[in-house]
Amino acid sequence: MAHQDDGSGFSRRTFIGSIGVGAAGLLAPLGAGAAAQAAREVAAGATVAVTLQINGQAHRLEVEPRWSLLHVLREVLGLTGTKPGCERGECGACTVLIDGATRNACLTLAVEVEGREIRTIEGVARPDQPSAVAQAFVDEDAFQCGYCTPGQVMAAEGLLARSPHPSPEEIRAGMSGNLCRCGAYPHILKAVERASASRRGGRP
Amino acid sequence: MLPAFAYARPGSLREALDLLKDAASAPLAGGTDLQGCMEDGVARPARLVSLAAVPELRGLEVRPDGSLRIGAATPLAELAAHPAVRQRHAALARAAASVGSPQLRNQGTLGGNLLQRPRCWYFRGDFPCARKGGGTCYAQDGRNARHAILGGGRCVMVHPSDTAPALVALDAVVQLAGPRGARRVPAGELFVGPERDVRRETVLAPGELLVEVLVPAAPPGARSGYDKARARGSFDFALVGAAVALVLRGRSVERARVVLGGVAPLPWRSRPAEQALEGRALDEGSLAAAAEAAVAGADPLAENGYKVAMTRGIVQRLLASLAAG
Ligand SMILES: Cc1cc2nc3c(=O)[nH]c(=O)nc-3n(C[C@H](O)[C@H](O)[C@H](O)COP(=O)(O)OP(=O)(O)OC[C@H]3O[C@@H](n4cnc5c(N)ncnc54)[C@H](O)[C@@H]3O)c2cc1C
Ligand code: FES
Ligand code: FES
Repeated sequence: MAHQDDGSGFSRRTFIGSIGVGAAGLLAPLGAGAAAQAAREVAAGATVAVTLQINGQAHRLEVEPRWSLLHVLREVLGLTGTKPGCERGECGACTVLIDGATRNACLTLAVEVEGREIRTIEGVARPDQPSAVAQAFVDEDAFQCGYCTPGQVMAAEGLLARSPHPSPEEIRAGMSGNLCRCGAYPHILKAVERASASRRGGRP
Repeated sequence: MLPAFAYARPGSLREALDLLKDAASAPLAGGTDLQGCMEDGVARPARLVSLAAVPELRGLEVRPDGSLRIGAATPLAELAAHPAVRQRHAALARAAASVGSPQLRNQGTLGGNLLQRPRCWYFRGDFPCARKGGGTCYAQDGRNARHAILGGGRCVMVHPSDTAPALVALDAVVQLAGPRGARRVPAGELFVGPERDVRRETVLAPGELLVEVLVPAAPPGARSGYDKARARGSFDFALVGAAVALVLRGRSVERARVVLGGVAPLPWRSRPAEQALEGRALDEGSLAAAAEAAVAGADPLAENGYKVAMTRGIVQRLLASLAAG
């Protein structure tokens, strides 16, 4: 279900806060230091305005609480690089980074990642400026049909950010949440090794 | 897409508990289990109460006395990577590291891991089984390769959590808070078997939250570990899991905890296996005796006899690695 914003900042769906204030500041801010404030809520079927930080850009949009980040990226924002697979956390096709850590966008509610740093494949694999990881996937032929590739690249980005020079064993463990139905695993593992080595060599 | 639900994000524990007084509300931690339950129709909350901004549920601290205080909303990845947890409470770090995939560990929390619902395919599927209020446990005479070999009875599902056996073995205590106040429950008393109540897995009352987990300091001579067997190498629930915590004095085992996952409807503390170890040296003989004792009383179903041998093997392998240091 695509969501249309009519430009007013409110959707045509009714927007309900149990306390009658505007759309801003309806929910407790995220983060440990959040000052306590009266609990407020979004009604079932209603939308709430959120600002999502995606690839360094702020997107203000209206979401229903039940919309996954995967749905919002693809159907609302048109960022279709992030792929739907199982939509149950089992395949990794939808992998994105939230504050630098890999997550399944299919199991992440968009409303829950307000204010967090979201990175998608569009942010790391720009055709003119591929990241070292994206380039390594090309150089190693690390795909066949390519459907799982955006998720694999994001999983590798998350792994190498945490552990820049992983052992082969750490690579296998770090990439274990991403299935490839074409079975391109040997080349995928080589691509991650190559990306790690190229970073060692001082490339970005 | 999930069925529609209302959503609230309280900024304090008190507000969260207020919102949860409404019986149609459910707490949302990482959501990795809850959303699957909603998809399958096993949970139908009218409102999700997000725990993401409740400061009381966060944080992982090593206290001056060496004990751990772990907020219920701590992601499993954080627990698995924490140096003090890895060094002194290895069973917990290893168990957390063995849950699901890296993505799921970045999102899934310790509280959610303990309170996740069973994975039995009849329970998750379209069957009015005993755990959903029906009269029959379909797995008893149905497909039961993944089911219980110990403690079954009215329902033969297995407890899916990896961290639960580790916390029971480490003598952890959980702090709960609810509409009637706060209480502390030993991890070993958190879980409910089918003979006591077939409809629920824990003693949590409606509206209660798990706030934090307290793990006592590891005494001198303590060693612990967790090991699990899975149907595939990448990631999967435990076919058999084992958590062992030992206190050694010299070569002799002063105290042993052996707790199994994946084989019973709740984390299964094996006192026979503990007795086979206590007062003895960790040698080939005591290892084999403990592995054998761990399956004492096992009563496999038609398709899960393999779990008896697998349990012996996992317990023996884990004990051998602890014996090696
Ligand atoms: C593909 C896949 C593979 C998995 N593999 C494993 C595995 O190998 N091992 C394993 O143990 N688990 C596994 N899981 C299950 C799950 O991902 C983990 O158990 C995870 O730790 C659940 O935590 P969560 O924060 O996401 O829980 P949620 O889904 O948010 O919550 C689970 C339940 O607990 C309740 N709850 C959560 N926090 C609290 C609290 N503080 N107080 C009161 N109630 C609360 C929720 O209302 C809900 O009913 C897997 C899941 C998937 C989808
Ligand atoms: S689509 Fe998200 S894990 Fe498969
Ligand atoms: S390249 Fe086809 S699924 Fe991985």
